[in-house]
Amino acid sequence: MRYSLLKILAEGLKGNTGWTPVWRNPEPREAYDVVIVGAGGHGLATAYYLAKEFGITNVAVLEKGWLGSGNIGRNTTIIRSNYLLPGNEPFYEFSMKLWEGLEQDFNYNAMVSQRGIINLYHNDGQQAAYLRRANAMRMAGADAVMLSQDEVRRLCPFLDFDNARFPIKGGLMQPRGGTVRHDAVAWGYARGADERGVDIIQNCEVTGFQIEDGVCRGVETSRGKISAKKVAVCVAGSSSRVMSLAGMRLPIESHVLQAFVSEGLKPTIPGVVTFGAGHFYVSQSDKGGLVFGGDLDGYNSYAQRGGLPVVEDVCEGGMAVMPMIGRARLLRGWGGIMDMSMDGSPFIDRTSIDGLYFNGGWCYGGFKATPASGFTYAHLIARDEPHPVAAAYRLDRFQRGAMIDEKGMGAQPNLH
Amino acid sequence: MIINHPLLGPRDSAEFTYLGDASLIERPDWQAEDAADQFHDYLYLRDNPAGEHRELWFHEQGDRSWLVVTRNTLTHEITKVELARDVARSLGRSR
Ligand SMILES: Cc1cc2nc3c(=O)[nH]c(=O)nc-3n(C[C@H](O)[C@H](O)[C@H](O)COP(=O)(O)OP(=O)(O)OC[C@H]3O[C@@H](n4cnc5c(N)ncnc54)[C@H](O)[C@@H]3O)c2cc1C
Repeated sequence: MRYSLLKILAEGLKGNTGWTPVWRNPEPREAYDVVIVGAGGHGLATAYYLAKEFGITNVAVLEKGWLGSGNIGRNTTIIRSNYLLPGNEPFYEFSMKLWEGLEQDFNYNAMVSQRGIINLYHNDGQQAAYLRRANAMRMAGADAVMLSQDEVRRLCPFLDFDNARFPIKGGLMQPRGGTVRHDAVAWGYARGADERGVDIIQNCEVTGFQIEDGVCRGVETSRGKISAKKVAVCVAGSSSRVMSLAGMRLPIESHVLQAFVSEGLKPTIPGVVTFGAGHFYVSQSDKGGLVFGGDLDGYNSYAQRGGLPVVEDVCEGGMAVMPMIGRARLLRGWGGIMDMSMDGSPFIDRTSIDGLYFNGGWCYGGFKATPASGFTYAHLIARDEPHPVAAAYRLDRFQRGAMIDEKGMGAQPNLH
Repeated sequence: MIINHPLLGPRDSAEFTYLGDASLIERPDWQAEDAADQFHDYLYLRDNPAGEHRELWFHEQGDRSWLVVTRNTLTHEITKVELARDVARSLGRSR
């Protein structure tokens, strides 16, 4: 069913009796060409692009819980392509271009809102680093604007510019950055994949792989065995757990990241703002809530909840950069499990086991990557060669000394 | 989280910084034939278990000792805390 204004008007006249479920709830079949493990943003986008761009429709997406129950429904919805390194920036800019056409492409309202992201800087060294980043962005075809203090002041008069320790000197802005309704991304991709014949199977946990002579021939699940010519894993925070079923150890640690939302307020924050001297970033949702977050809790965790020290740290950051936030009441906070990689960058690669593919290591930044991750993973699965913009995301890059370490932190996942 | 320091008693985990899997104590032999591969696995690959995890914490805002904490990554329950020094010595290291 195609959604349109006409359809809404027609349904309004018919008492909204003609709407049908957005996707089916099929029983798993015995065999598929491709089985995707994990119905998060990346799994669903992969299925959608496999069907739409690469003509492979005999596909199942297996999800242990309900569709969208992982990080796709827990993130702070920020999209941007403001990376520095050549292994990353073209990929994230490709993703940004896909975001820009996404709603028309999958005929679903994902509330893509390009209202800009500003990274504040507080000293000369940071300004120089941001200028370098801005130039790297422009070289990859992205947009970047260096803002003076006055220009930031005009956009965000509520910030504490004259903070004694961290005065705001200016910012790096990406006007095309912004936010997207995260759940709607999952739903839109699910609907688009389902329409093209993909089976999305919920409450179906993958518990093992059928591997014979180094070739993966399918999966074992809580709902029985399913054969597949190709198995593509993208389970984000569960990456190490799932790949250990195939005997693999990954360059990944799982960490919890928290986020918070305040009560609904009148519109105040024009886009996304990040503090350059502490761990704090904030945007305002369409419902008016301030959506904000900060640093990881910092220790390995699979419990989808965080501790109080980080709540305090995030709120301190908020008070330092926008003191008025102290007047807003906190409505809720939650945590999600991040697949933190050893260099802070992701993997989209084949594995040493034929027919088994891996996508993960997205850290705290995989939401913005959803379209490009799905597209390039589908490309890899369909053609068995990496898409040019994702060619650096190989599992063996540490062996080759080809890390993509944006922050220059080394092999210390909790610092990326 | 409260970490029960073997020397100082119960301390707030916010006083510590976290390094990671305690297997980092067992550095490979740099003279081994396959030292490069061993160091790759040592530096970059992790078990990352859901459940019991032995990990290194540094008492940065305290007595600056390294601890090996055994903690459940699903519940955050801490079941054992040792001085990393003792663990290293028991593995045959001189310090
Ligand atoms: C608090 C928070 C804030 C964030 N903010 C941002 C942001 O502002 N911008 C940004 O770009 N990114 C952000 N992220 C990161 C982003 O959400 C993730 O990187 C991204 O969603 C991960 O990809 P995914 O959507 O496929 O993961 P998920 O939605 O987690 O999908 C993985 C799925 O695999 C399933 N699964 C696991 N094990 C199995 C199994 N054995 N069998 C079957 N299925 C299984 C899970 O149930 C899950 O549904 C944030 C994350 C968090 C937690």
